[in-house]
Amino acid sequence: MLEIKGLRATVADKEILRGIDLTVNAGEIHAVMGPNGSGKSTLAQVLAGHPAYVVTGGTVTYEGEDLLAMDAEVRAQAGLFLAFQYPVEIPGVSNAYFLRAAYNEIRKARGEEEIDPMSFADLMDEKMQLVEMDPSMLSRSVNTGFSGGEKKRNEILQMAVLAPKLAVLDETDSGLDIDALRIVAHGVNSLKRPDNATIVVTHYQRLLNYIVPDYVHVLASGRIVRSGGKELAVELEAKGYDWLLEEAVA
Amino acid sequence: MIESYLRAFERTPAPGGTTAPDWARSLRLSAITRFETLGFPSTANEDWHFTSVAPIAEREFTLLGPPKHGVTPAQIAPFSFGSADWHTLVFVNGRFDATLSSSASLPDGVTLLPLARAYDELPLLVEQYLGKVAAYEGDTFTALNTAFLDDGAVVHVANDVEVARPIHLLYVADAGASNGAAQPHNLIVLDRFAKATVIETYAGLGDGSYFTNAVTEAVVGDGATLTHLKLQRESAKAYHVGTLDVRQARDSHLVSFSFATGAALSRTNIYTELRGEGCGATLNGLYLGDGDQHIDHQTRIEHVEPNCYSRELYKGILDGSAHGVFNGKVYVHPEAQKTDGKQTNNTLLLSEKAQIDTKPQLEIFADDVKCTHGATVGRLDETSLFYMKSRGINARTARELLTYAFAADVLETIELTEVREGLEAATLRRYAASV
Repeated sequence: MLEIKGLRATVADKEILRGIDLTVNAGEIHAVMGPNGSGKSTLAQVLAGHPAYVVTGGTVTYEGEDLLAMDAEVRAQAGLFLAFQYPVEIPGVSNAYFLRAAYNEIRKARGEEEIDPMSFADLMDEKMQLVEMDPSMLSRSVNTGFSGGEKKRNEILQMAVLAPKLAVLDETDSGLDIDALRIVAHGVNSLKRPDNATIVVTHYQRLLNYIVPDYVHVLASGRIVRSGGKELAVELEAKGYDWLLEEAVA
Repeated sequence: MIESYLRAFERTPAPGGTTAPDWARSLRLSAITRFETLGFPSTANEDWHFTSVAPIAEREFTLLGPPKHGVTPAQIAPFSFGSADWHTLVFVNGRFDATLSSSASLPDGVTLLPLARAYDELPLLVEQYLGKVAAYEGDTFTALNTAFLDDGAVVHVANDVEVARPIHLLYVADAGASNGAAQPHNLIVLDRFAKATVIETYAGLGDGSYFTNAVTEAVVGDGATLTHLKLQRESAKAYHVGTLDVRQARDSHLVSFSFATGAALSRTNIYTELRGEGCGATLNGLYLGDGDQHIDHQTRIEHVEPNCYSRELYKGILDGSAHGVFNGKVYVHPEAQKTDGKQTNNTLLLSEKAQIDTKPQLEIFADDVKCTHGATVGRLDETSLFYMKSRGINARTARELLTYAFAADVLETIELTEVREGLEAATLRRYAASV
């Protein structure tokens, strides 16, 4: 589904990614872990097409296509989804309007009919239950005045509605209490299908108790320094990142 | 050209036909004298630093006459937001038009009259306040308006009366109106604990180059609440100067919204004096400019007494070579302790040539107050654009939605549903055609 080869990227002329190789197949969950400043969030943003990041080398192939040649909205229409670490507030645009606009754009890109407001309301009812969100959140402006937990749940709600093939969760667990974490993880797990895949970017092992990864990769200084199974996450939790960083330097 | 107004004044024998009382003639006379002394302001005048009134001052505007062809209800329908049950006075070219108006079924304690009738029916009230709230001594345009004081609306709401339906004062310039001036003058008086919503609309039915110079005086009694909406939708070639001057008594509230989208050159003044304790004033506004439009707002909030608050949010979207001006003055007098004031002005510039001059002015003479102000000028937020695109929304739609949202953020403060939804729909059509 996704093949990253030798990916290098800079932001404000500073090189953050220094040659990432990663292959993700349908049905898999990959965790990307690493200390602050290792490039985890940059990887997530580059995959989604954030204009502030400049790709300076390497390739990213998504479903056989050159992902890096696509605009951000084309990537989303092709089934890529990024759950933001810091979801953006958009005063003046209601959550419901925003979601329906996005949903219809993605349906159009797939050659499907736009959904009528009644059917969309039914869909929203179902998906909001999944993330235990109050229906009143729909009429509020996107993320405006939402608590940290509400924002993250809103990201998962968007993911549930847009049903991506490849979801990238960027530190979705940061700042969440344990109840919110369970709700978010439950949402992600419920959306798992054999034909989609998830990349979970996280600093802590805690989230991986709820979303169990098939593979764990450790990022340091813009490179993947270690890959393994879910037991690697447990080892990191026990030993921290330092031993890996020392090994990588050595 | 001051002289043309002086000549016109000589030719206009009596205001309001023959009904105006002597004091009104004296008022007019002292106002024309004051106008002659003041002259039109230059940009050296601090209050007019960013706005040259030369296009108005150098033209010769006679008083607008009656329209050649009558104005029809269908022509004014777009300005009434589909509301058939408002209390509406319609003025065409500055003159009251009884056939287009519909002020029947007013609740007890509410009086809504054209000025000429108010002289007869509310003589004491009119004499007490007319020309007293909006001081013409220091303001050229108010002096000019007062000199030609002739027509307008008088609204009076008695103690404890809440007017359920909005009162709409609709001023239209007919499609043929050009080269003429209208000088409407309104008076709104709310007695103790009264409550009313008054909408003033100034609209052009054609594309004439006329001049509207409007003054509204409002007196808000103890515990009373005035919601005032000013909608400036003049023709694209028109000139508009409009002043709302409010005097608030103890525990009263003013909720003002100014929407300005018309006219080649416009200046809106929203002034209020908080003259009693426990007052609140909310002044919001939205200006939308394009082409060569010049849209100026000046607000002035005078905190005279303690324990009052004021909230102000003005937003603007400027495209083309449009020039916006926002000057927000907040004066806190020495006695006005515990004043709580907040002022914000945000402008979105959609083109390289569009510009805004924003000037917040806080003058604080009390020592125990909380006053803040902030202004931003900018383009669409890249992070918000990326967020929308990352959800599959195409770039054009994202830009349009964000532009609309910028305006909707302040429009949603309008409590009156018909106006809020009407302006939201108009703004959506204007900035988000593809949505």
